[in-house]
Amino acid sequence: MIRIAVEKRLSGANGPFTLSVDLQIENRSILTLYGKSGSGKTTLLRMLAGLEKPDSGRIDVNGDTWFDSNSGINLPPQKRRVGMVFQDYALFPSMTVRDNLLFAQEKKEPTKVDEMLELTDLGALRDRHPETLSGGQRQRVALARAILRTPDILLLDEPLSALDQKTRSQLQDEILKVHRRFGLSTLLVSHDKQEVFKLSDSVAVIKNGRISRNGSPHDVFLDRITSNKFSFISIILSIRKVDCIYLAVIGTGNELVEVVLSERDVANLKPGDEVLVASKAFNPIVMKLKETRQKPGS
Amino acid sequence: MTLDFAPLLLTLKLAAVTTVILYLLGMPLAWFLSQTRVRIKPLLEALFALPLVLPPSVLGFYFLLAFSRQGWLGSLWEHLFGHQLAFSFDGLVLGSVIFSLPFMVHPLQAGFNAVPRNLIEASYSLGKSKALTMLKVILPSMKSSLLTGGVLAFAHTVGEFGVVLMIGGSIDHETKVASIAIYDLVESLDYQSAHLYAAILFVFSFAILMTVYIVNKKLDLR
Repeated sequence: MIRIAVEKRLSGANGPFTLSVDLQIENRSILTLYGKSGSGKTTLLRMLAGLEKPDSGRIDVNGDTWFDSNSGINLPPQKRRVGMVFQDYALFPSMTVRDNLLFAQEKKEPTKVDEMLELTDLGALRDRHPETLSGGQRQRVALARAILRTPDILLLDEPLSALDQKTRSQLQDEILKVHRRFGLSTLLVSHDKQEVFKLSDSVAVIKNGRISRNGSPHDVFLDRITSNKFSFISIILSIRKVDCIYLAVIGTGNELVEVVLSERDVANLKPGDEVLVASKAFNPIVMKLKETRQKPGS
Repeated sequence: MTLDFAPLLLTLKLAAVTTVILYLLGMPLAWFLSQTRVRIKPLLEALFALPLVLPPSVLGFYFLLAFSRQGWLGSLWEHLFGHQLAFSFDGLVLGSVIFSLPFMVHPLQAGFNAVPRNLIEASYSLGKSKALTMLKVILPSMKSSLLTGGVLAFAHTVGEFGVVLMIGGSIDHETKVASIAIYDLVESLDYQSAHLYAAILFVFSFAILMTVYIVNKKLDLR
């Protein structure tokens, strides 16, 4: 069990604010921090890793105290067993894929590294240098390296944000696979709701430095939806007039839809507005998609 | 006419010794300057860059005052090592180290600055000490800066003249480096020998600079 209860003054884009959270991560579970950029998610991760110092509070990990402002305990990053996956991966450019993984081990065990290379489908890339790899491949190396540290907690800082949708979905499966195999307590930072749903056991929404909601993804994200209604937060991209009606293109997640608007709707809407698009779902069409998943290797 | 190779060899020896000392001195100094947030950082940077802009004769003049028997450093040196600092090889090395310092420190400082912060943090986070991180992560990712610093310091020392003229004294096998030898030969109107030395230095300098550009290009591509 991991508990992080800390406070820190931060200067954000809209002036200073206080990051103040109290979170628990159950063993072997994935907790996601969800929130806008600049809300303090990454700072929280960095405080766990010892890369940033909270103003006050304490961090306890499986019975060990990593930080306690009252007794002046503040373990350096080297002494904290965290597996950190940085947003831009932070692979060592002068080392091959295999050397990157070997570097993570305290006691060199090449057989374990080779096992990990196979598990993450990186065997064929073992002697390549990071800059010759694709984003998805780099991501997998970063994840493998973090796990070889044998951490108490895995910290994933928006690990998939720089990847395209397909690679992202493959890597989400990969993260789940690795998580099931190693059972690491994981703290994930994400601003992708689908990702949060797919990966996390619980989610904490962080807003202006505070946890505004906390619970299962279902409870946190779906409470405003009644059982017979779909609704999505969307953005109006364009509105055009066709004969006597208006057609608006609306972006919902990664999908674009065109909807009909009346003159009255259009009066107080303009492109760029954030809107809630809702529809009764008495009779939705639900079709199974063809299995398109390929072997990861992109 | 027989060509005396001693001045050329002395030049190479001086440049090699100076470069080795500058690596040892320049790396911690450049690391400090790239990391520090002290208020007086601009002052320190200006001080260490001074040899870039000062006329070598100015630098040489102050070295001469400090290195002479009456100077504080010169008298201390003589007390410790039993010989005079001015007009000695040791004096040339000390002068060259100061004279070429910015040529080592600037590329290294730029190299340290260019190493992404999160590579260092990733290494710490993987449990690696600061020393190990420096050795395995930071220095290997700035190979071209290390090479540039070393070569510039070396080449600049080879090309040194004004400072050596002031504190050297043109003593054979001790302080008579190639640039001084050329000057002496021209003074005595022996243009043919001067030509030979000059041509050798010319080709040599061109060759090392060319090598640096080729190797750096390869390092960047890798």
